[in-house]
Amino acid sequence: MANTQEKIAKLFPQVTVSQGNAGIELTLADQSRWHDLASALRHELGFDFLVTIAGMDWKEEGLGCVYYMVASDRHECLSVKVTATGDREKPYIQSVFDLWDIATIFEREVYDYFGIIFVNNPDMRRLFLNIDWKGYPLRKDYDADPATNPISIESERQTDFTESWVEKDGKIVKEIKRIFQPDDFVINIGPQHPATHGVLRFRTALDGEIIKKIDVYLGYIHRGVEKICEEDTYPQTLHFMDRLDYFSGQIYHHGLCMLYEEAAGIQVNKRIEVIRVLMDELSRIASHCLFIGTYCMDLGATTMLFYALRVREQILDIFEKTCGARMTFNYACIGGVMQDLHPDFVHDVHALLDVLPGNIKEYNTLFTGNVIARDRMEGVGVLTREDAISWAVSGPNGRASGWACDVRKNFPYAVYDEVDFDEIILHEGDAMARFKARILEMEQSARIIAQLIDNIPEGDYLVKVPKMLKIPAGHWFKMVEGCRGTFGIYLESDGGTIPYRLKLAPPCLPAAAVVDHITEGEKIADLITIGGSMDYIVPDIDR
Amino acid sequence: MQDLSVATSWFHSFLLGYIPEWAAVTLECLLIGVGLLLLYAVLALFYILFERKVCAAFQCRLGPNRVGPWGLLQSVADMFKILIKELITLNHGDKFLFELAPFLVIIASMLAFAVLPWGNGLEVINFNVGIFFLLAVSSIGVLGILLAGWSSNNKYTLIGALRSGAQMVSYELSMGLSVVTMVVIAGTMNVHEICMAQEHLWFIFSGHIPAIIAFIIFMIAGTAETNRGPFDLPEAESELTAGYHTEYSGIHFGFYYLAEYLNLFIVSGVAALLFFGGWMPLHIPGFDAFNNIMDYIPSVVWFLAKAVALSFIIIWFKWTFPRLRIDQLLTLEWKYLLPINLFNLVLMVVVVLYRLTL
Amino acid sequence: MEVTTKGMPYEAWKDNEYIEKLVQELRDNGTNVVVGSLDKLINWGRSNSIWPLTFATSCCGIEFVSLGAARYDMARFGWEVARASPRQADFMMVAGTIVHRMVPVFRRLYDQLAEPKYVIACGSCAISGGPFKKSYCVAMGIEDIVPVDVFVPGCPPRPEAMIYGIMQLSRKIKVEKFFGGVNRKKSQEEFLASHPIQETTHE
Repeated sequence: MANTQEKIAKLFPQVTVSQGNAGIELTLADQSRWHDLASALRHELGFDFLVTIAGMDWKEEGLGCVYYMVASDRHECLSVKVTATGDREKPYIQSVFDLWDIATIFEREVYDYFGIIFVNNPDMRRLFLNIDWKGYPLRKDYDADPATNPISIESERQTDFTESWVEKDGKIVKEIKRIFQPDDFVINIGPQHPATHGVLRFRTALDGEIIKKIDVYLGYIHRGVEKICEEDTYPQTLHFMDRLDYFSGQIYHHGLCMLYEEAAGIQVNKRIEVIRVLMDELSRIASHCLFIGTYCMDLGATTMLFYALRVREQILDIFEKTCGARMTFNYACIGGVMQDLHPDFVHDVHALLDVLPGNIKEYNTLFTGNVIARDRMEGVGVLTREDAISWAVSGPNGRASGWACDVRKNFPYAVYDEVDFDEIILHEGDAMARFKARILEMEQSARIIAQLIDNIPEGDYLVKVPKMLKIPAGHWFKMVEGCRGTFGIYLESDGGTIPYRLKLAPPCLPAAAVVDHITEGEKIADLITIGGSMDYIVPDIDR
Repeated sequence: MQDLSVATSWFHSFLLGYIPEWAAVTLECLLIGVGLLLLYAVLALFYILFERKVCAAFQCRLGPNRVGPWGLLQSVADMFKILIKELITLNHGDKFLFELAPFLVIIASMLAFAVLPWGNGLEVINFNVGIFFLLAVSSIGVLGILLAGWSSNNKYTLIGALRSGAQMVSYELSMGLSVVTMVVIAGTMNVHEICMAQEHLWFIFSGHIPAIIAFIIFMIAGTAETNRGPFDLPEAESELTAGYHTEYSGIHFGFYYLAEYLNLFIVSGVAALLFFGGWMPLHIPGFDAFNNIMDYIPSVVWFLAKAVALSFIIIWFKWTFPRLRIDQLLTLEWKYLLPINLFNLVLMVVVVLYRLTL
Repeated sequence: MEVTTKGMPYEAWKDNEYIEKLVQELRDNGTNVVVGSLDKLINWGRSNSIWPLTFATSCCGIEFVSLGAARYDMARFGWEVARASPRQADFMMVAGTIVHRMVPVFRRLYDQLAEPKYVIACGSCAISGGPFKKSYCVAMGIEDIVPVDVFVPGCPPRPEAMIYGIMQLSRKIKVEKFFGGVNRKKSQEEFLASHPIQETTHE
């Protein structure tokens, strides 16, 4: 780590280097050197995984971005704070779309929220909001009056063009580009389509049954969670975590609670950590069960859904006894968990662990070995390791491409460094590998649960936390391993009782963004296979 | 074995006693038409419920059980509902073809009904190319599907229809060839005579190896022909919303819904005819007492039971296998089934020529 | 008039006043509530065969999947024929948040449903915006976009609640007179007239 610090100091003396909670923090005041710095970070220092770009509005200090990146080979995290040039009308930063593929989408998101223009980015449309949306909602001076952007039942304006801003003769000028060619046969898949797993929309250019290009059109469930969080107190922000990726609710809660606890200096005991990890892994199994079910249903094997849901229902029963809900648990809270474990918990989990191996075996016999299933999934939608990292496709999807990206191993939190489990790594990178990775991960989750369930330490389930939680000024970053990949949370506090900015970096956004890349040249039926195997949750993409 | 032609010819002569022959024939035609329509509707309702119940059983569920005793009236309720649903007409579609398409589909399956061997002496028309006629009329259905996809002016329906066209045209080959294989052993295309030829032993037993191969191919092709899973690409829900009938509502959609199940019945009826003796009871040479007992079960029951049992297998397919992709589907037909079928035809000819049948 | 349901006593329903009020209102308006056996037969068919449109935006959609699964098994009531095409569905279970961008799509889906059509607002987001009340781009309830027949509260509602909600819809259908004008048609038309879609020309 010191090594990295030295190298950067040598290459870019104008950069301020400091140490944050997640790793080295760089501050770059002048964005004109940003592309050079990013290039050096990417190519010379090996920071190849761009976790997120958090747009920021520092009021008088202007707008800017905080980039979080990880070096995939040595598990080192680094952040760069870049301030935009220009006034609030037209602030701009150099684009890094050529260094990280996923930056194209991340930069569009920042543009959508803050109106920061990324110079050279080939596709500077809004990501979540309407083309004609007035204002940039995450700016602090945004006019939230519903009259500004009234709800309309008229169809939204559609366009086949996109904008791009390029630097010409020292000036930033706008260029208009085409998304689809005039003679493309474009078919609209979604937002109400049975295979998109929610309200995702793919505008797909077809050549017969072959896919030429996909334009992923998001925002059909964009609820503005990040903005609402800036108006709520810290404990109030928690419950939104249940409603992003509603299968990883426990895990996201866990992540946000850890972040707040770290920022506020609250120590939780071992019992709380173990309970949280148990819940995380149970929900991981439940989530993968549902994945197996819905994915098989996409491929036409409807019956599998019902077999997979059987196990999920059993897990939901366990949750329900302890948390009192089937889906939106709101269980982990700052300083512990809401309720103590139900007396039946240990017994029920044992019952689950007893039936799970048999069920997994059944899934494999019924589906994984089926010749039609194998024909449809093997070799379809291959994502190479390099692409997976560059597109930031983490979680089981990334691991199916051979990228060891498990946060539980790389940046252990809670009690994950004390339990024994394998990180599932497959190398094929196709739909089949992504499917198998999840089945194997269920087994590993069961292994973790089996190690912990009989050794839940004694102690309080909730430590003492001030009624009105205040977090000192500063910023923090935390990553957890959600069911679908790395979930990053960036918190900036101004010392009050509400977050100044809470940036959520969901794993599903990259998973949906990469679909265009890996479906090119495949058949339209494979879009379903590939999209299903990425297992994105649309509210998690859109937030 | 009861011969129901006794009853029908008695009825004919009974009518002749009161009215001239032309009137008698017209009246009989009308009666048969009404009877077939009724049977058609009842069978469709039964099949819809049957599929829902079977599917529920496969999926560890209960299935419809609240409407009527054991849910028996569920599909009747659905029928009432679907009859009074609004018929949506499209603004930019081809109106005439749009309205015509569902009728083509339903007519195709209804015509095929006419030559099914319902019972001993119960064939509606007993003519010498019955099985050929059946193949011919059942392929009208694809026209209805293509027209539906085209006239709806919708990209999804168009893709669904084109897929369906490719699929049905291809699989008709396999179906036809396996029928021809069985015609070789029967030595006739007359439906009644095909049944009679199985008096001693059903073809699936007497034709042994080639008949079994033909049966398997027929079942695969038949499943594909009826657009059912795992070959349900034309209406693949997860890809094309509802395929070629996406834009149809009310009873127009109801026609497709019915035709799907009726085609299932027709395919299994033909399979029953070609391989399991149609209405012919199970006879085993040498077991005369057993054969006599079997004869007591009415021939209509035999036929329906066989057809439903075979449909059960096709439904089983649907709820077990994932869906194929269009290229895999066509590969299966052209690269595997067709050569095997041609070879099988030769094998059957050899078997018949050298009297190797059982 | 008592609206009977198979296997559930009348007293077990929570809001009989509502259905009685509805019947009374319909009577006062002069529309006869289900007389004659043909009407009865048709309404029996209609109320027992309500097919949902597969439409889910968020968390509630997953509970809707659970509703179809073995434990809750909506197939018992004949609701399992979920149609992906709005032309063939009878009701729309609005399971999840409807946001700014989704509103036109949602309205179009509603318009595409074939009459008679019904809407169930499922979950607090669809009812009022729910936890996203403060959001800048969430529609605060779908009542302003389409006429709603049944509200099912919860976040997300449990599958049992959804079953109860759909059964309530079934009860509502039962008291409608089909021939000579579906009773609720008037209020629906009024609603649509007050929420028109303007023809817009986008270049």
